[in-house]
Amino acid sequence: MTTLAKTKPKLALYWAASCGGCEIAVHDIKEKILDVDAAFEIVFWPVAVDFKVKDVEALEDGEIDLCLFNGAIRNSDNEYMAGLLRRKAKILVAFGSCACDGCIPALSNTTSRAATFDWVYRDSPSTVNPDDVRPQEETEVPVGTLRLPTFWERVCTLGQVVDVDYFVPGCPPQAHQIWAVLEAVIDILEHGKPLPPRGSVLGAGDRTCCDECPRTREEKKISRFVRPHEIIADPTKCLLDQGIVCMGPATRSGCGALCVSVGMPCRGCYGPAPNSKDQGTKMISALASVIDSNDPDEIDRILGGIVDPVGTFYRFSMASATPAGLSRLAGRDREALQERTS
Amino acid sequence: MTRITIDPITRLEGHGKIDIFLDDHGDVADCFFIVPELRGFEAFCVGRPVEEMPRITSRICGVCSEAHHLAAAKACDDVYHLEIPSAAKKLRELLYSAFFAGDHATHFFILAGPDFVIGPDAPPAERNILGMIHKLGIDVANTVIGARAAAHEIVKILGGKSVHMVTSIPGGVTKGLDEEERQQVVAHAEQLIEFGKFTVGILNDVVLANPAYLELILSDPYTNRFHSMGTVDSDNRVNFYDGMVRVVDVDGAEIVKYHPRDYLDHVEEHVEPWTYLKFPYLKRKGWHGFEDGSESGLYRATPLARLNAADGMATPLAQAEYERFYETLTGDKTGKTPVHQTLATHWARVVELVYAAERTLELATDDEITSTDLRVLATEIPTEGVGSVEAPRGTLTHHYVTDERGILQRVNLIVGTTNNHGPISMSIKKAAQGVIKRGVEVTEGVLNRIEMAFRAYDPCFACATHSVPGEMPLVVRVRAPDGTILAEAGR
Repeated sequence: MTTLAKTKPKLALYWAASCGGCEIAVHDIKEKILDVDAAFEIVFWPVAVDFKVKDVEALEDGEIDLCLFNGAIRNSDNEYMAGLLRRKAKILVAFGSCACDGCIPALSNTTSRAATFDWVYRDSPSTVNPDDVRPQEETEVPVGTLRLPTFWERVCTLGQVVDVDYFVPGCPPQAHQIWAVLEAVIDILEHGKPLPPRGSVLGAGDRTCCDECPRTREEKKISRFVRPHEIIADPTKCLLDQGIVCMGPATRSGCGALCVSVGMPCRGCYGPAPNSKDQGTKMISALASVIDSNDPDEIDRILGGIVDPVGTFYRFSMASATPAGLSRLAGRDREALQERTS
Repeated sequence: MTRITIDPITRLEGHGKIDIFLDDHGDVADCFFIVPELRGFEAFCVGRPVEEMPRITSRICGVCSEAHHLAAAKACDDVYHLEIPSAAKKLRELLYSAFFAGDHATHFFILAGPDFVIGPDAPPAERNILGMIHKLGIDVANTVIGARAAAHEIVKILGGKSVHMVTSIPGGVTKGLDEEERQQVVAHAEQLIEFGKFTVGILNDVVLANPAYLELILSDPYTNRFHSMGTVDSDNRVNFYDGMVRVVDVDGAEIVKYHPRDYLDHVEEHVEPWTYLKFPYLKRKGWHGFEDGSESGLYRATPLARLNAADGMATPLAQAEYERFYETLTGDKTGKTPVHQTLATHWARVVELVYAAERTLELATDDEITSTDLRVLATEIPTEGVGSVEAPRGTLTHHYVTDERGILQRVNLIVGTTNNHGPISMSIKKAAQGVIKRGVEVTEGVLNRIEMAFRAYDPCFACATHSVPGEMPLVVRVRAPDGTILAEAGR
């Protein structure tokens, strides 16, 4: 990174509201990181290189060739960086489940900011706060005014605030897939090959997690659902066949079926299956085909065994789910957004 | 009054900010460390099935996801009143020990190391991991990359994924070790032990052999007297996975030793209006504001605090290094006298790294480790449970209350870095007061010396505020009272 040829394509990596797992995953490509360094001029990568926002602001629009953006959007700082990097980057990639679909942080969209604050600052058992002090956007102290940012009521995906060129799913994206994407981009940039169609999902398969699963599926009919800790599952048979809700049928392939290979059901981190925008409805239709009843009451009883359908079917895609999309606000109606989040 | 805002917006993007106020003479009048984010896991986990918590809360932090996964799994065991099979417990601790070694390696070499190897006042373009490679050679880089890869490989074998592991559930683990895998783990563990020795060598050659660094470590601006918290085994030795939480006072006397389930009897949290992160303190001491010393309620839960709170290490190489640590810094190798120099935390972290590596091998060669007795099934009605581990950055507590179906009703979390919120704030302020003086130009090197005060804590804002730990590049703006920028320094 210190001996830069000016002709190298420019690369930026950034995180917004994220856990850092995507950054660790990038480091998991290990020594190939040196190939990335050889192929690109890294102009912004806070976890590894000391360039600042003002350095990015000083770039020409479109000067960054590729930006991998991870993390969800949940405050105005995140939104500012998304807008800035959109302007500066020719290719903007939503990298990882948070940027693509909201991931675990978007489960926050099932509750409210007020409920969150009440619990954290007033009701939690370890909190001692007799005066009900709450964090304020501005606090006067003897030496001056201290300021905090405002948080949005909702967690949004990157694509809900700016236009996104490509999507790389996964929580986190697996190292071999990250390398496959970077290798493809290097090839495109070096040899002038055409880019994939805008909006494509990269670094993942075009089938479902079930297609990668080593377990044997017999499409058995289920008369009762069980939770993962309630049975010792057969290690070779399909978990769904054994009554454990497994998101495999509704989830895009690409991870290599990691969780199901070690005895745990898929929870859907690679996002909606191809040709499906809503992971939950896809899962419901998959379940409908395995329930062993035609009687509506019996079907209700069987489905009642799924204790948290919303939090399970939309575990990783609450922000991009259709019900959220119907009230989609970010990037479309700025005033409404600010009204709802202030 | 002049305000200096240290806003690491380039690195942590609004997730951590320092406001320093200078009086008319140019001395530090006051200093605030502000944490501007809250993610709200405790609220949105309500309504979720408790057995999913190991896989949900791992997303609090992708850097120490293993800590949250295992604290959650232990809380789940407790909710269902389960005693997991001995082999399952050993497998969890095996994975966790390997993770710990890799995590400490990351901090020592990539985040903190450049301050010492390259130098606290070196140009920021060189003061990073690449500068380290340049100075120490590609062989060192390969050794560090190799050790981290070995640790990650063990996590992947046992956890299913190298980031966001999945295999712990109420009652045990879903993945064991076969003999072939065990041999791989043993080879990786042996590599980690060699790496631990190598790291001690780097520490000796680069840091301790340099009188200027020793003086810096021992200097007053980097010293605060806090109580110390850490998890200990039945012999009061450091343990990361399980044990009792022990707290010793500033002089090394035991204040309390409690079961993690009783944490509410001993820890409370204070709220300030100017930051989203709360301030834990010892209940019996009470909240007395930002004061250190014997009457303060503030405690640290860091590698340094864990060594202070324990009587020693449970493995031979680590115990030898523990004794050398205390012999050098207090003159008493028993460790009965606590060390309060914040920068000594880096050395304590190396002691822990050696222990983690030794513990990994110890467990990988345990007769029981390839057992297939990995799970018990729940038979009792779920109620309430607490799970605790030592995260690399401090004691981590998950507390769940469920209904009779095991659906979460209430969730309370006290995470590693949060324990240290008060001490981090005070360490930053004291360092700022020590390095910013009237008539002294605020250079990039000065800023870095303020950074070093919190970097020693290896603060995980992913956990505490859901940003990412790392070397924060600072932008310091010296503003006139009307907001005009008088001077700017940064990197």
